[in-house]
Amino acid sequence: MRKTRYAAAAMAAAAALTLSACGGGDDASSSGESGDAGGEVVRIGIKFDQPGLGYNEGGSYSGFDVDVAKYVANELGYSEDQIEFVESPSANRENMLANDQVDMIFATYSITDTRKETVAFAGPYFIAGQDLLVPTDSDITGPEDLEGKNLCSVTGSTSAQKIKDQYPGVQLVEQPGYAECVTAMGGGQIDAVTTDDIILAGLAAQEANAGKFKVVGNTFSEEKYGVGLPQDSDQCEDINAAITKMIDEGDWEEALTANTEGADYSYNEDLNPPEPDDCA
Amino acid sequence: MESYLSLFETYDVPAAFWVNIQLSFWSAIWALALGTVLALFRISPILSLQWFGAAYVNIFRNTPLTIILAFGFLGLFSVMQISLADDLNLSLFRIAIVGLSLYHAAFVCEAIRSGVNTVPLGQAEAARAIGLGFLPAARLIILPQAFRGAIAPLGNVLIALIKNSTVAAAGSVAAESSSLMKTMIEFRSDLVIPIFLTFALGFVILVIPIGLLTTWASRKLAVAR
Repeated sequence: MRKTRYAAAAMAAAAALTLSACGGGDDASSSGESGDAGGEVVRIGIKFDQPGLGYNEGGSYSGFDVDVAKYVANELGYSEDQIEFVESPSANRENMLANDQVDMIFATYSITDTRKETVAFAGPYFIAGQDLLVPTDSDITGPEDLEGKNLCSVTGSTSAQKIKDQYPGVQLVEQPGYAECVTAMGGGQIDAVTTDDIILAGLAAQEANAGKFKVVGNTFSEEKYGVGLPQDSDQCEDINAAITKMIDEGDWEEALTANTEGADYSYNEDLNPPEPDDCA
Repeated sequence: MESYLSLFETYDVPAAFWVNIQLSFWSAIWALALGTVLALFRISPILSLQWFGAAYVNIFRNTPLTIILAFGFLGLFSVMQISLADDLNLSLFRIAIVGLSLYHAAFVCEAIRSGVNTVPLGQAEAARAIGLGFLPAARLIILPQAFRGAIAPLGNVLIALIKNSTVAAAGSVAAESSSLMKTMIEFRSDLVIPIFLTFALGFVILVIPIGLLTTWASRKLAVAR
C-alpha cells in the first residue's frame, strides 16, 4: 500500500517535471560571443502559423516578419543566436508586451488607436491592405463582386468585421485559421478568402497551394504593420532607424520578394516601402 | 467603466448568447432522442444491437468535440459539399447541431443506462412475467423509472452541452458567444479582462439555474424504494 502511494507520488512529480519542461523560457544565456548587447537575449514575438510572414517549421522560423525582426535585432546589436522567437497569437499580443513576456512583436501587428492605449509602436515596416484570395480561374476582381458569394475569414479578425460592416450581402464563413479557409476554398464551397494581401500571398505561395490561387490585388483597407513595444520602451527611434536602413539598402525589397515567391502577388507600390512614423 | 458599458452598444452580447441557447436547445433534443435509442440498443437482448450501441458510445465519447465539428465544416461542408439549408450560415448552424447531437448522444446514452441500473431486476422480471416483450417492457416499465433515476446525470450532460456549444466556432457558427468574444478582444484589447469576465459570467448565469433545477427534480422525481 505504502509502496504504491510512493510510486504514485513519484509518477506525479515526474509528470509535473516533464510538463514544466514544455513551458519554455529556458534562459539561453550561454551564447559564447557577446555583441553590443552583452550576451543578452532579445525575445521577439512572431506568428508561428502564417506562411510567408511568421512560420515555425520544426524550430526554424521563416517569413517576412521574421526577416525584418532579424535585421532590426541585428542593428540593435543582437546576433542571430541571441534572438529567441516566441509565439504571439493575435489575441495575446497586448498582454505579452504588458506582462514583459516579449521585448518586441513583429506579428502582422496593425497600428491602431485602441492598441496605442496599451502598447507603443515603432514602424510601420509594411503597409498591407485587405484583399481577396481566389481560385486562379475566378472572375472576382474586388469586394463588389462578392454579392451572394461565400467568403471565408478568421473568427474575430478585423478583416471579418470589415466585411460584415461594409458588404452585408456577402455570405461570410468564419473559421479559426486561414489554413482552414484555404482548404475549404480548395474544396470549392468557398469563393474567396479575405485578409491582408501579404498574408494571402504567403498562403498562396505555400508549396501545397502553388498555382491554385491568386491574390486579386485590389486592396480596400490600409493596415500599417508596426513593431509592438512595451509602453515604456526607449527603442522606438533605434528600431525606426533600422527599418529605414533596411529599406534603403534593398534588404527589405529582397526579403519581401523572397517570402512571396511563387504567389502571383505584387505589393502596393503607392504605399510601400513606408516611412516610419514619429515616435511618441 | 464608461468604455466598458460602451461595449454593449457596439456589440450585441445577448444575441450571441441566444445563438448558444438555440444550439444547445436543438442539440439537446436530438441528443436525447438518439441517446435514448442507443440506450435501448445497449440493454436490448439482441447482440448485434448491443455491440453497435457500445461501439457508437466508445467512438463518439472518445473523440474530441472540436474534431467532430471541424470535420463537419471541412469534411461534410467543404469536401462532401453537403448543405442542410439554402442559406450558408443556416446550413453551417445545422451541421454544428448535427455534430453536437452526435457527440452528446453518447453521453446521454450512458446517463440513461446508469438510470436503468437504478431499476431493480425484479421490475424487468415482473414485466416479462405478465407477458410483455422487450419493447413494451422498456417503454412501460423500465424507461419511465430509468429516466427518473437519470435526471441528475442528464442535467450534467445538458450543462456540458451548453458550454460545449461554444465549440461550434470550429464549425464556423460565428454568431455564437465565444466568437463574439474573440471579435471584441481584437478590437478592444484595452478591455481584455472585463470582456472575459463578462462571458464567463454569462455562462454561469445560464448554467446555474439548470444545476439547481436538475438537483431539485432528481430529488422530487426519484423513485422511492
